[in-house]
Amino acid sequence: MATGSTIGAVAPTVGRRSGAAFAEMLKDSALFALVTLGLSIPVVAYRTDLGQGTGLELTGRWGVVAGLCLAVFVLRLGQRLILGEVSRRREAHRIATAGAPPVVARAGRVLGPLTLIVALTLPLLAALGSGGLSEGRYWIDLGILILTYVMLGWGLNIVVGLAGLLDLGYVAFYAVGAYSYALLSTGFGLSFWICLPLAGLFAAAFGVLLGFPVLRLRGDYLAIVTLAFGEIIRLVLINWVDFSGGAAGLSSIPRASFFGIPFTAGEGGFAQTFGLTFNPIHRIIFLYYLILVLALVTNLVTLRMRRLPLGRAWEALREDEIACRSLGIDTTMTKLTAFALGAMFAGFAGSFFAVRQGFVSPESFNFLESAIILAIVVLGGMGSQVGVAIAAIVMVGAPELLRNLSFLKAVFGEGFDPNEYRLLLFGLAMVCMMVWRPRGLISERSPSVRLGGRGA
Amino acid sequence: MTLATGTTRLATLQDEPPAASPGGPADPILVVDHLTMRFGGLTAVGDLSFKVGRGDITALIGPNGAGKTTVFNCITGFYKPTEGMIRLSQAGGETYLLERLPGHDVNRLARVARTFQNIRLFPQMTVLENLLVAMHKPLMRASGFSLAGILGLPVYRRAQEEAIAKAAGWIARIGLTHRADEPAGDLPYGDQRRLEIARAMCTDPVLLCLDEPAAGLNPRESADLNTLLRMIRDEYGTSVLLIEHDMSVVMKISDRIVVLDYGIKIADGTPEEIRNDTRVIAAYLGVDDEEVAAVEAEVGLVGTSAGTTA
Ligand SMILES: Nc1ncnc2c1ncn2[C@@H]1O[C@H](COP(=O)(O)OP(=O)(O)OP(=O)(O)O)[C@@H](O)[C@H]1O
Ligand SMILES: [Mg+2]
Repeated sequence: MATGSTIGAVAPTVGRRSGAAFAEMLKDSALFALVTLGLSIPVVAYRTDLGQGTGLELTGRWGVVAGLCLAVFVLRLGQRLILGEVSRRREAHRIATAGAPPVVARAGRVLGPLTLIVALTLPLLAALGSGGLSEGRYWIDLGILILTYVMLGWGLNIVVGLAGLLDLGYVAFYAVGAYSYALLSTGFGLSFWICLPLAGLFAAAFGVLLGFPVLRLRGDYLAIVTLAFGEIIRLVLINWVDFSGGAAGLSSIPRASFFGIPFTAGEGGFAQTFGLTFNPIHRIIFLYYLILVLALVTNLVTLRMRRLPLGRAWEALREDEIACRSLGIDTTMTKLTAFALGAMFAGFAGSFFAVRQGFVSPESFNFLESAIILAIVVLGGMGSQVGVAIAAIVMVGAPELLRNLSFLKAVFGEGFDPNEYRLLLFGLAMVCMMVWRPRGLISERSPSVRLGGRGA
Repeated sequence: MTLATGTTRLATLQDEPPAASPGGPADPILVVDHLTMRFGGLTAVGDLSFKVGRGDITALIGPNGAGKTTVFNCITGFYKPTEGMIRLSQAGGETYLLERLPGHDVNRLARVARTFQNIRLFPQMTVLENLLVAMHKPLMRASGFSLAGILGLPVYRRAQEEAIAKAAGWIARIGLTHRADEPAGDLPYGDQRRLEIARAMCTDPVLLCLDEPAAGLNPRESADLNTLLRMIRDEYGTSVLLIEHDMSVVMKISDRIVVLDYGIKIADGTPEEIRNDTRVIAAYLGVDDEEVAAVEAEVGLVGTSAGTTA
């Protein structure tokens, strides 16, 4: 009985409160409409036309102004109503599920191995799915593209996700790697397998070079300097024509060979050596597994580093630099190692890029690339390996898939190219993430070591 | 007590000879010599000299804004003093001039550890990880600066086992074993304070500097803290320099007390001496705002500063 009367007593209060809330919304929306009116009077209310002679003729458009104000009023009211409802639902949901293990974290644990299995068997799946290896080439190419970004994402994750250093010029190291391979192989005839570690070393060296002066900066300042560094590298590549071929880039870079055996049709080629009929897809599959191995090495090294004192120091640095210093950690050196290691993996990826394309030009290394890689890391959940991989698949794979959805063309007309809307989609994805998962797809941090039940 | 009374009283008292023994401890681990720290026109610490005895718990006390934290920041390399010398001599005979070391070397080489007035843990990392980060130097060496560690060599694995065992010991000592794998940021305040002390101890310091470790603790936690600090002194032989407002902690565990007011030392001696030091009583100890006048009357200061106590 007592409860019943309490509820009875509460109900009117709630009704009154929501009534007051609605009045508040109306007032707010009216305010918006008023502001619109104020803004539109000088801009919309009069149309100016060239009249007779030198004068201007003013044509009043008060109907349009009224329409605008009304539209803003309705939209604002709708927005308030919907947002209010959404936040109430979310609150209710949060209360209902408080204490339950996070769904996304569990999904992440399953998704990781699943993604790996798909990645390992992709050429087979592509062949089965499209009725032949050559027919599956599109999928394998897409796989290579995605894996390149997965690797770059994992590399940048060391710098941004673990060490907490915002690097907006990551693509510079990618460029250093690509040009290292291009120049070393065309200039000195070195093979890919010698160039690969060299490219990594050069990129790491550039990382240290950049790191020394700038790593005492923090946050925004560091971001700006790294951004500038990325642009400098690109501009040098464009303008130092003798060295880098300028804007035209470098072409006829030696293609990848199977540990010395070229992928050619003739005598001594890969197909003949292994008794296969020649098919250009062999090279593609080789490249696919090459980037898969490179990406997995990046992942393994990162996972290992997290459990080493240096990796823990990176994370500690991200959390509190001053405390690190008080514990005897040389913060500059520690940041530098994170920077160099991240750069090294970009260098590896860069030399893979060059060997795959057979052509490099500064255009491939503009700021947009840095932004995409950073977006992958941020969307994935800073520091989460699985999250970064999934984000790369979504960010790189989704626009590609969109391109193939022919019904979109039927809807939007023949000239519709979804790829042109890629940036719009990025923006949309970013906004959605900020609203629903501000800390990334997978934001749970798994401890690097446990007291109960040893291991990571 | 109000700040206004502090200043005037100080001004009137400076001519009198110091009551506390000027010599200080015979075998100091830390000698602070004519330390001055100025921020623009503000002299936060003015010509401060004191010594911290080896194996002692030394307390640094004084009203808010007296410059205590500034002294700590100078000792631990966060500020470069405007003037003066800070000399640390380890038991082995090595001597370091702390004001000349780069920030992190104060801990790495000179082995001075500290905690912060506003706790600075690594909030997202677990309790265990927080302690492992503190063992950076030995683990780094064992991991061959990561090379041996990346390859998973047994050298590193053994070192890590040892480090975890040591960390587990400290975790047990501060009573956090059941929460060892939880993020440090999720712990209650008192636990965070103790964890920060344990983390500092994991760097194997010869001198431990604690900035208000009892702030925000309840009386029982304060008592536990006293036990912990005594244990650190007696079992580990670590000298402790302590900033504290809580007199129940200071008077019970300190071997020696240095009193600062407006960046200037007004007394230095054993708790007994400090307790009976007229200037300290007047300036600081156990005197509530309402009692100031009474105490001053008692110690015969009415004539000089009654006008400022309002
Ligand atoms: N970095 C700085 N820049 C300018 N002034 C500073 C700085 N650090 C401290 N001060 C000033 O120096 C004086 C002493 O401050 P300090 O923090 O050392 O006091 P404290 O004795 O630790 O006080 P509390 O008991 O409140 O912690 C204060 O007036 C403070 O404003
Ligand atoms: Mg302080």
